[in-house]
Amino acid sequence: MSSALEIRTPRRRTGLLLLLMGLAIGFGAYANVGLARRGRIPGNLAFYVALIGGGFLIAYVVQRKVAPHADAVFLPVAAVLAVIGFAMIFRLVRPTPDGSLAAEQATWMMIGLAGFIGTLLFVRDDRQLDSFTYTIGLAGLVLLLLPILPGIGQTINGARLWVGIGPISFQPSEFGKILVVVFLASYLESKRELLSTGMGRFGIPRVKDLGPLLLAWGTSLVILFAEKDLGASLLYFGVFVVMLWVATGRPVYLVMGLLLFAAGSGVGYVVLPHVQQRIDYWLHALEAKHVYELGYGQIAQGQFGLASGGLVGTGLGAGSPTLIPYAETDFIFAAIGEELGLLGTCAVLLLYVVILDRGLRLAVERTDGFGKLLAAGLTTSIVLQTFVIVGGVTRLIPLTGITLPFVSYGGSSLVANFVILALLVRVSAGPWQRKLKSADG
Amino acid sequence: MDRRIRRLGLALSALMMLLFAQVSYVQVFAASRIADNPANAYRQIVAEYDVFRGPILASDGTTALALSRRTKGTFTYQRRYPNGPLYAGLTGFYSRVFGKTELERSMNAYLNGDAGELAAQTFADLLLGRPKKGGAVVTTIDPIIQAAAERALGSNPGAVVAMQPSTGDIIALVSNPSYDPNALTAGTSDEIKTAWDQLSADPSNPLVARSNDELFPPGSTFKIITAAAALENGYGPDSAWPNPRELDLPLSTGTLQNFGGAWCAGGAKQITLAHAFQISCNVTFGEVGLALGPEKLQSQAEAFGFCRTNPPVQTDCASPTFQGEPWTMPFVTGRFPEAAYFQGNDPLLAISSIGQDNVLANPIQMALVASAIANGGIQMQPRLVSEIRDPNGRVVKTFPPEPYGTPISPQTAARMTAFMTSVTQPGGTAYPYAAIPGVTVAGKTGTAQHGDGADPHAWFVAFAPAGHPQIVVAVIVLDGGSLGSEATGGHVAAPIAKIVIEAALQAGLG
Repeated sequence: MSSALEIRTPRRRTGLLLLLMGLAIGFGAYANVGLARRGRIPGNLAFYVALIGGGFLIAYVVQRKVAPHADAVFLPVAAVLAVIGFAMIFRLVRPTPDGSLAAEQATWMMIGLAGFIGTLLFVRDDRQLDSFTYTIGLAGLVLLLLPILPGIGQTINGARLWVGIGPISFQPSEFGKILVVVFLASYLESKRELLSTGMGRFGIPRVKDLGPLLLAWGTSLVILFAEKDLGASLLYFGVFVVMLWVATGRPVYLVMGLLLFAAGSGVGYVVLPHVQQRIDYWLHALEAKHVYELGYGQIAQGQFGLASGGLVGTGLGAGSPTLIPYAETDFIFAAIGEELGLLGTCAVLLLYVVILDRGLRLAVERTDGFGKLLAAGLTTSIVLQTFVIVGGVTRLIPLTGITLPFVSYGGSSLVANFVILALLVRVSAGPWQRKLKSADG
Repeated sequence: MDRRIRRLGLALSALMMLLFAQVSYVQVFAASRIADNPANAYRQIVAEYDVFRGPILASDGTTALALSRRTKGTFTYQRRYPNGPLYAGLTGFYSRVFGKTELERSMNAYLNGDAGELAAQTFADLLLGRPKKGGAVVTTIDPIIQAAAERALGSNPGAVVAMQPSTGDIIALVSNPSYDPNALTAGTSDEIKTAWDQLSADPSNPLVARSNDELFPPGSTFKIITAAAALENGYGPDSAWPNPRELDLPLSTGTLQNFGGAWCAGGAKQITLAHAFQISCNVTFGEVGLALGPEKLQSQAEAFGFCRTNPPVQTDCASPTFQGEPWTMPFVTGRFPEAAYFQGNDPLLAISSIGQDNVLANPIQMALVASAIANGGIQMQPRLVSEIRDPNGRVVKTFPPEPYGTPISPQTAARMTAFMTSVTQPGGTAYPYAAIPGVTVAGKTGTAQHGDGADPHAWFVAFAPAGHPQIVVAVIVLDGGSLGSEATGGHVAAPIAKIVIEAALQAGLG
């Protein structure tokens, strides 16, 4: 542990340097878009550098203050992803008199950074969260299922995952996801012994031990059938099964998880035309008789964008990514691929690999089960979400609409991801801080 | 738990690896296949216009027939044709609405840099982030001779083709009326469509090159082939032929008459083949054709490049166009009916022997016929592109001349040269229209009837100097040009050929 501490300490200044470099890359892209599209650097560049750059620097300073031994890499990685996303949104959607999508995204980024700072300030020690296991679990479940409620639930693009209160509408499931991971870390840590040793005959878990698994499965099915949110359903169930397995070490949970997933998707496929369509779009996207149809065409346009980008891309502002439907949200990865090429898409994917590496590394470094499970769960949720959307956009797997963390346009998603980031930062800071304090005293 | 977290790390890394593999597959390995989908048309066109397309150059390597210049619009580079209508038949056009034609199409892989010979260059451009550049196509066209041919033809509808007989090089190719390829290349899609509609509706057919895309009766210029067939089949230059005023056509009540109904050679009882050629005696050549029979005449025409038809059942032939290597000049080949067509129809054979009825040709076909004679019996492929240069001016590919066929023996070639020389001498049909002081010109006139009441097409096919030929010229002036019904090949077409030959010899080709 002490050797890890020694390695960690000098990284703190590196964090600032990385953050500045990340911001430079992102705003370089923003300036580039202006030059390519309108022949000049956007007039509001300085404003956004001050606003977003300032926001990240404040977040950095707060992190140094309240989590001084935290992993310094998370914030710069998020900064690159978020500002590149901001530049792409600016490139894809021209500002209109009614407003600018990029300006909205900048606003959400500020709220996200406020969420990041607030989370760091509010959660001084991640173990605080371990004390409210069931409250958090219930709150998470409520948030996940809130859109079903008549009156406040809204259906947008065929999926019922929005809640409207007054003029504001948001996706509570983005936040429910975080609470569910926190709940699972806490719950599984406390029930770990029971779940990993209790065995029925033939090595099959007893029904009462299967309760949580079945409950999670049920929740996923509700999300799938009532909210028609394929991606989220897949994501929650995946994260849950992974955490269950990491906590208990029982491969049987993986097997049963897969079986339940197969059963759920099988029933979904038969019952929901929505799901059948997704599979069909995926399989036949590029066929001559379908390629001009909506659904197939969206995947096809994403493919065309990626393929036309090739190795180095057309250059920012020089491609035709506006031909891709939903390029600023679900398909932003294809737009990046068209204009920045394979080099750009690989760079973006590598940033998620960095999150994967840092997140699981700190899960291993933490000595307590709760911290391990929380870090592993949050990391898994980001990586799985990335896999689901990038896999869908690149036609590796059927497309399910979900945002690309930090990059896609979308307020709830951006804010929720900054909260996840804050939790990872907090988990990375936690034990070291306490050790230093006790050493001082 | 740490062991499982490490395993989880492996599993999630594997998922990320799948994504890396899939983006590499979509963006690089399968990229061209995916991007070629017809539904991706817009990006394909934008990408095409991102390439700095190479120029099409004249034989001097500097005069640009087509070039690209940078613009500020969606389409990065704009194609320009500095002397558009003059070279339209060669360059064709490069239109985002109507695609590519002629050299823009056949040389596309070199012009846009896709050809293997340019791979090193384009790969370097890719790595350095520079725009992709195509190669320069160097043609065989001599801009001085091309300009002379344009000047000589003036406003007459028709065409001029000039070739170098030893190489087959096309050194000039002019067609009137022509069109401006810039109109199909620059402007908005709607402007381009409007220009296309106007050109398509134009009754003078400017989009079709009379030099090589259309067919006309060759008239008396076809006597070159009939005479060559006679010489190849044992009739000497001095072979004597009966010389009636009119040829009674067997099995019919019609007769074959001479030009203007005149009696050849002042009404002498007999006439030699050589003399008949010099004065273009229809009656004699009718007799020659009947004496040879359809098989021999048809096979001689085929040896010169005419393909076989069988009207009216089959007016087209198996390979109606000459499509050689991409560096050659494609053209619609001449037509001569197969033997079966003349079965029991001798009158048609007599008329076909003087290049009428269903015999068809165009200037490039007749230039190839004359070039075989000028080149000692060996016909070369019509070469239009001599080499490809990369953007730095290095020659990356050359196209050496290649033979096309050997339609006649060297002896026949020598005799035909003497025949054709006599045509431009005193007593010949082209005298004095094609006479150039100090230069012996070999030629053959033609005045081709086509349809009742229409003025005849005036032809002249020539090469010079006769002793060591440097240039072959074929000229057609449609509907008699400015002389109308009074036109003859000698009077109307020969002076045009003369100007082109003079320009060529002055330019140093001689």
